[in-house]
Amino acid sequence: MSAAADDQFYREYILDHYKNPRNYGRLEHPDITHEEDNPLCGDVVGMDFRVEDGVISDIRFHGRGCAISQASASLLTERLKGLSLDEAKKINKDDVLGELGIDISPARIKCALLSLKVLKVGAYGLAGDDEE
Amino acid sequence: MTMAIAGRAQGALPNQPLDVAAIRKDFPIFETGIAYLDSANTSQRPKQVTGAMLEYFEKFNSNIHRAAYRIAEEATVRYEATREKVRAFINAASTKEIVYTRGTTESINLVAYAWGRKNIAQGDLIVLTILDHHSNIVPWQILAAERGAHIEYVDIDEKGELRQDQFADLLQRGPKLVAFNLVSNAMGTINPARDMVAAAKKAGATVLVDGAQSTPHQPVDVRALGCDFYAFSGHKMLGPTGAGILYGRRELLEAMDPFMAGGDMIKTVRIEGTTYHDLPWKFEAGTQAIAEVIGLGAAVDYLSALGMDAVRAHELEITEYAYEALSDVEGLTLYGPPPSRRAGVVSFALEGIHPHDLATIADRDQVCLRAGHHCAMPLMTRLGVAATARASFYVYTQKEEVDRLVGSIKEAQRIFA
Repeated sequence: MSAAADDQFYREYILDHYKNPRNYGRLEHPDITHEEDNPLCGDVVGMDFRVEDGVISDIRFHGRGCAISQASASLLTERLKGLSLDEAKKINKDDVLGELGIDISPARIKCALLSLKVLKVGAYGLAGDDEE
Repeated sequence: MTMAIAGRAQGALPNQPLDVAAIRKDFPIFETGIAYLDSANTSQRPKQVTGAMLEYFEKFNSNIHRAAYRIAEEATVRYEATREKVRAFINAASTKEIVYTRGTTESINLVAYAWGRKNIAQGDLIVLTILDHHSNIVPWQILAAERGAHIEYVDIDEKGELRQDQFADLLQRGPKLVAFNLVSNAMGTINPARDMVAAAKKAGATVLVDGAQSTPHQPVDVRALGCDFYAFSGHKMLGPTGAGILYGRRELLEAMDPFMAGGDMIKTVRIEGTTYHDLPWKFEAGTQAIAEVIGLGAAVDYLSALGMDAVRAHELEITEYAYEALSDVEGLTLYGPPPSRRAGVVSFALEGIHPHDLATIADRDQVCLRAGHHCAMPLMTRLGVAATARASFYVYTQKEEVDRLVGSIKEAQRIFA
């Protein structure tokens, strides 16, 4: 029935990031590395950071899971590359959801924010906001 | 209040083929247009069940076992009547062996706590299986850690069936407890429970069977099965959430201490000490889920009127249909044994499409599909997947709903192509 609605959710650029993830893989000897999973659905996202003079000079992510979790991670790495750590710290869930640009149902919000949790918990040692 | 069961003329014999169109009229939720393929998670509930609960709330709402006035007597009678219905439904010897719990999880925890702590000691072996639900794994892991016991898991073969050769080897080592599910919730595998119980009993083990996925879907006879404990939930068999059953052989229950302590599970309480109530009330502390237990009784009546052989036959027909329809889908992997050896559960994965994405797309077509690890993470690890999609069926499932699932799968493949 709902091809239009589906396409709204699984927009072309989300599917593109899912099928052709940017910055995918591992860094050798990263300055920071962290991985998180969402045990409910088995999504996994990990990130390796290279930090030079307080700036994220290179970044890679790896993982597996649904289109939302993987596209979200891919989009986030694009945004993070070249940012200072201070700037990266300011990224919040609204930024991540805004970037995805789709209406995320409560059931899928954890998928969308898994990569942000990797950034927060891994890179900054902050307690992740587990719920939202 | 007795409501007629749809599709069953008064006095008609059970176990005639199900009249699914008539049955669906008892379930107002289907007027919403959903295709409900998640009954292994929780079933829908017919008007007969919600009506019995509503009647309690509106006509004789009161606490049981305590009050002298008439509506409290009515509540007590209705509450206790479920016990006999359940006893007959699973062919237990006595209503003393039927303990009300919140569900399978509480039933198993009750045994792990009240039987396990008395009977499992340092170095003892507990045998479980890789097909088990977390609720039949975690309570035993906690008990084993506490007592210094250890756990072995029976593996599956490539068809998704338990390796009986390995089970026999483990029995040689004299396990104190064997616990397994009669039907796997994740793959639908029907385990050869009667043979497994007999072998385990012969080896001297106490045996708990997790009947969460079998009791709603096929005839169950706990005495023929021969197990010591049998646990199941009401909410997967047309009843409400919050009411479930632990069956235990009387001599075992008699020897066990209470699980929860408080009101209604005692005979006398003095400051020097307490005398516990008789079976089964010894295990039912505090104010119980009265409406829910009454609802469970109505669910048992409903299923009994249909006949469990007819229920199984209908589900087998739907499962065969789904198995065939899904086998034809390109890039789809089915897990588990063929339909004749599985319950109404079909677990599968699509190449390049995560189960959660499929479930989201199916949801747009009002198809309710489960995606995830199904509380069986050890099994998912064993299969080498993080999650599967799962469609599960019940008395009200129509082939048309399976067709809608296939439509959603094709739509997902189009989007992800």
